[in-house]
Amino acid sequence: MLTPAGELQTPEPLRNQRAVLELTVNNHPGVMSHVCSLFSRRVFNVEGILCMPVENSKQSRIWLLVDEDQRLGQMMQQLLKLEDVLDVRRHSADHEVFVQLEQFFRAGKEV
Amino acid sequence: MIKRTGAQIIIHLLERQGVRFVAGIPGGANLPLYDALSQSAAISHVLARHEQGAGFIAQGMARVSGQPGVCFASSGPGVTNLLTAVADAKLDSVPLICITGQVPVAMIGTDAFQEIDAYGLSIPITKHNFFVRSAAELLDIIPAAFRIASSGRPGPVLIDVPKDVQNQAVEFAAWPEPGHAEPGPDFAPAAVERAAEMINTARQPILYVGGGVIHSGAGQLATCLAERASIPATMTLMGLGAMPMDHPLALGMLGMHAARYTNLALEECDLLIAAGVRFDDRATGKAAAFCPHAKIIHVDIDRSELGKIKTAHVGITGDVSEVLETLLPLVEQNPRHEWLARVARLKRQYPLHIPDVADLRTPYGLIMQAASLLEAETIVATDVGQHQMWTAQVYPFRRPRQWLTSGGLGTMGFGLPAAIGAALACPDRTVVCFSGDGSLMMNIQELATAAEHHVNVKVILMNNNSLGLVHQQQELFYGRRLYECDYRAKADFVKIAEGFGLQAYDLSRGPEPRETLARALREEGPCLIHAPIAVSEKVYPMVPPGAANKDMIGGEAYANACR
Repeated sequence: MLTPAGELQTPEPLRNQRAVLELTVNNHPGVMSHVCSLFSRRVFNVEGILCMPVENSKQSRIWLLVDEDQRLGQMMQQLLKLEDVLDVRRHSADHEVFVQLEQFFRAGKEV
Repeated sequence: MIKRTGAQIIIHLLERQGVRFVAGIPGGANLPLYDALSQSAAISHVLARHEQGAGFIAQGMARVSGQPGVCFASSGPGVTNLLTAVADAKLDSVPLICITGQVPVAMIGTDAFQEIDAYGLSIPITKHNFFVRSAAELLDIIPAAFRIASSGRPGPVLIDVPKDVQNQAVEFAAWPEPGHAEPGPDFAPAAVERAAEMINTARQPILYVGGGVIHSGAGQLATCLAERASIPATMTLMGLGAMPMDHPLALGMLGMHAARYTNLALEECDLLIAAGVRFDDRATGKAAAFCPHAKIIHVDIDRSELGKIKTAHVGITGDVSEVLETLLPLVEQNPRHEWLARVARLKRQYPLHIPDVADLRTPYGLIMQAASLLEAETIVATDVGQHQMWTAQVYPFRRPRQWLTSGGLGTMGFGLPAAIGAALACPDRTVVCFSGDGSLMMNIQELATAAEHHVNVKVILMNNNSLGLVHQQQELFYGRRLYECDYRAKADFVKIAEGFGLQAYDLSRGPEPRETLARALREEGPCLIHAPIAVSEKVYPMVPPGAANKDMIGGEAYANACR
């Protein structure tokens, strides 16, 4: 008897290797859903997410803290296919946008 | 100033887009839209019997024409019923516009009757979607939806319109221009030059043609490229028809149910020219072992496909037609005697084994005899399963958009409604739908739609009272433990078809089945042709799921004499 071989393998993310993505998007309700849905349906972990409107414009900026694995390039290409995503930039994990937020996420800390 | 309601704006903008048919079902939340549609002289409505049928009728129209198909559904279950057809369109890159009714804005979020989050549900299965907050927005949204659905890699767009927005009257100065496909992305000539150089220096190239070539209208150009440099060409399930199956350079379909020689030739190729393909697992088998000796040129309009599964040595993001037009003059003529002789030898040694071509009681016999009775203009639709693979293997396709099948999602129930849509869009052509009993029963209610519109659809039903491909896999891979793959209650499909008002023919009765088949295919209007087949019939060869394409099982009963 033959058995179906080779189940799909999800690449292991490199431990503690993170990256920050900066997305410029059209500011309208639904764009967050599009972005989050893309990551969840492709089983790509998002560790942190920030979204605010850009002052005096019809755009918003979304910051994502994500795993730095070999599929990240593909995820960026998929993001660029979303109609409301205008630009995607990649930064290293020590980008200050999340670093300064850390104090709000310490266990037991009241803010 | 022009004054119209949201519903009237939608219908008029559809008219301006040149839409001739809308498939759908009315319900509480889209009644204003239907009231506006009733006043349109330009658009005919096709009343489906299930929203999934409406989605596939619209897909059938889109697949034969290349233009976006349009379907309507009401809120709640209307939308959820539609979703399978939307997901199917996404995976096969079919342009589709779905306009759904929604409960009034003030009731959204209250769990109102037939309220469902159509926007949220459709995000992962559409190219883009809209929730309409005011009637004025429709002036931008409708043209944008058509632009998005047909630009680049086509796909489905869903527009969710609350009932009060459909009723809202607004004033505006002018109608917007219709939305059309945008030009393809620019590509670097240098990359095309490198591709040409690789083709010119390759000894054993193969052209690998997919659905993108059909969408781009590049079938003729791909054939020219193959002929100019003597490059054998294989087609994916979605690419069938790009090049005539009887072309001397055509290798037929590749992958899980390819002829042995096709997969074996791919094993030996030193250059793979991948055009409008996405290296789908059913085509490549185990991706790491696919074309192990080949460099890869990959052309696709969707940049995210380049490098997704296989890294290309030259990747070009562009419209396949434009890229091939630039590439062709740079490609040197080359008779490639040695490689063509090698491929011819593989073909002699490992052909597709087609026994009993004349016997209508066998799947291949039925398909081949039907093909011999049908003219070249015929459109061929299938459902999903064994009958689909048998048809893909042997039907003599001659042109792009002749072949309608659910490839990516593999939706049983696709065939009949898609065939109805194709027949409505192309009333001068015969549409034949090869189906199986399992698939047909998933949208059998659309027989009523076929009868109502008297469409020229011939359903050829291969009936083995079984989910044949499940039966086959349980037999081959699960120790012959056949479980829940065979139907214990046998439906009388002839009676069912007659009950829906169709002519029905039974090839298992009467002394001259070929005569019966010929008469059924010749007569105007819809019919069902019942053709019992043995449940022991298998689709061979077969690459086990997850295995490499060279590890095919079955189908080796060929003459060894010419070895």
